[in-house]
Amino acid sequence: MGSKDARAERMLGAFACVVLLMIVLMVVSVMAKAWPSFANNGLAWFGSGGGETVDAQLSNIFNSPANPKDFVYELRAWPLLYGTALITLSSLVIGLVFALLAAIFIVEFAPKPMQRILEPVVRLLAAVPSVIYGLIGVLVLVPFVGNTLISTERKEDVIFVVQLSGNSVLVAVAVLTVMITPIMVALIVVALRAVPTAWTEGSAALGVNRWRTIWTISVRAVRPAIIAAAVLACARALGEAIMLSMVSGSLGFSPNPLDGLTFLFEPTRPLASTIVEGAEGFSVPPFGQTLYAFGAILLVSSLILSLGAHYAKRSLRRYGLTP
Amino acid sequence: MAVGAPRERTEAVESTATWRRGDRVALALCWAAGIALCVIAAAIVLYMLFKGIQTLRPALLVDRPSDGASQRNAGGFFDPLIGTVVLTVMGTVIALPLGVATALWLVEYGRPSGLARAVESGIEVIAGTPSIVLAIFGLAFFSQEIFSLLSFTAEGNAVFGRSFFIASIMMSFIALPLVFGSTREALLAVPAHVREASYALGKTRWATIRRVLLPSIRPGIATGTALGMGRIAGDTAIVVILLGGTLRLEAAGGPPIFSTLKGTGSTLTSYVYENSPAGEGNAYDKAYAAAFVLLIVVIALNFAIDFIARERGTARWS
Repeated sequence: MGSKDARAERMLGAFACVVLLMIVLMVVSVMAKAWPSFANNGLAWFGSGGGETVDAQLSNIFNSPANPKDFVYELRAWPLLYGTALITLSSLVIGLVFALLAAIFIVEFAPKPMQRILEPVVRLLAAVPSVIYGLIGVLVLVPFVGNTLISTERKEDVIFVVQLSGNSVLVAVAVLTVMITPIMVALIVVALRAVPTAWTEGSAALGVNRWRTIWTISVRAVRPAIIAAAVLACARALGEAIMLSMVSGSLGFSPNPLDGLTFLFEPTRPLASTIVEGAEGFSVPPFGQTLYAFGAILLVSSLILSLGAHYAKRSLRRYGLTP
Repeated sequence: MAVGAPRERTEAVESTATWRRGDRVALALCWAAGIALCVIAAAIVLYMLFKGIQTLRPALLVDRPSDGASQRNAGGFFDPLIGTVVLTVMGTVIALPLGVATALWLVEYGRPSGLARAVESGIEVIAGTPSIVLAIFGLAFFSQEIFSLLSFTAEGNAVFGRSFFIASIMMSFIALPLVFGSTREALLAVPAHVREASYALGKTRWATIRRVLLPSIRPGIATGTALGMGRIAGDTAIVVILLGGTLRLEAAGGPPIFSTLKGTGSTLTSYVYENSPAGEGNAYDKAYAAAFVLLIVVIALNFAIDFIARERGTARWS
């Protein structure tokens, strides 16, 4: 009987190894494809400037001569990196506050009937495909922002620098926040529910009110879970390509916070959207390699984030707080 | 840390009138956040329902799309619908054995433990990898000559690297962490004495897995599968990069079904994307109709999960 059992173990183990093999292959092949773009630009790749806008640089790369010796690689990707960081971090910060409050509400303050509604609501918001968020964003929110919130004077003010159409940081951050909040709510709710009732009841018995109890006892106890939730949501936001390519304006432009309110209405384009929009250029080797370089940045970031979530969850386990 | 079984929460009878102002503001913000979630969800569903009823015609579901200049003659979305179904089914068929086998190995064998830890983190890494990165990895990997069987090939043996086969292989990695996660959860919920009873009867580990564990974790596997199918049906990035971007199903040469799978096409998600202002189609009504159908598919899969979860309550150990 032993041999059959051993064979089963080896077979199942082989399946498990496919997963590891695939990750190694992914890192190696994306890096290998991306290398020429990094190698030809050096550290300046991450910088700004270069005399032309990033979109002009990209189209130069796209139109490189066919002779491999004359390939153009010159790229200063800062506006795209900045756009990615700006959109991701803003929606993460707003979403985290929103998610924490909503999770506390669901666990502690919501009346029973509302609790029953909120659970499917969170799941629904997490399940709606990003292309539907993008469609609503681009056909409802973008025209609203473009026609109502941005005054004609504001548009005329900056017409020579950038066109304000409603495709903006504001809409991108708003829709992305709605997309990543439910993920965080779900994870934080699970963690808050796992806090032993003895802890919170002890606090309540000392005369501490319900808000203070949940804020100082439960929320503090589940801090690692909150970090893990934020990290996972960050990975999701970083890789969001379709929705952002629909609403963010698709322009390699760095919105400037010094512009005051206009800043919110300026367009930008994150890395992931740049890859999707350049999908037809993969057949041009230098352009494809540049897109792989964007992918490599996303891959490395998401690897670091996975690692971060892993450690956050581990410290949670130490307190015995994983359900 | 001695923590008893969670008891029923007692309802606190407390007036907030005595709270400090800051605490009352915080409470109000909590209410606002909860209500905002409900309002946003309701707004999305009702708006899509309104638009769906306005734009969806039965003919759209069976008409093939065409490159019409205006919305009126752009045809329906029969091909994208088939594309979504094919991709979802194939992606799930690949992810299911891989996810279940990995979870079984990890929970039931898990030797050597270093490898087990590596596999566990590996799944987490895949779950955190953006689908756009999976997509370009698939393109790089399957454009190699040895995979010429899986997609169109151009003159001089250049492999196109985009087809239903390739897209569904990469899609399966989106569903994999979900299938793996719920399978593992279900396995961990089976108490040790059930396995011990089986071993005591002289059954091997493998026989225990096949006759005892697999039948009992079926609802868990089904939940993970439904979650994974929802994610596959809703993903756009992989479709845009790996399905070739042709509106209709374009078959490559070969036997009938094989040639379709080797060929290119579109799905509901890429159809919506192409017909939105971001794409080239610019047929907003068609985009709304397709998005409505997509939303119904996703919500139906969610209901399926609820249904499975309720059924699960019937199987009890001890």
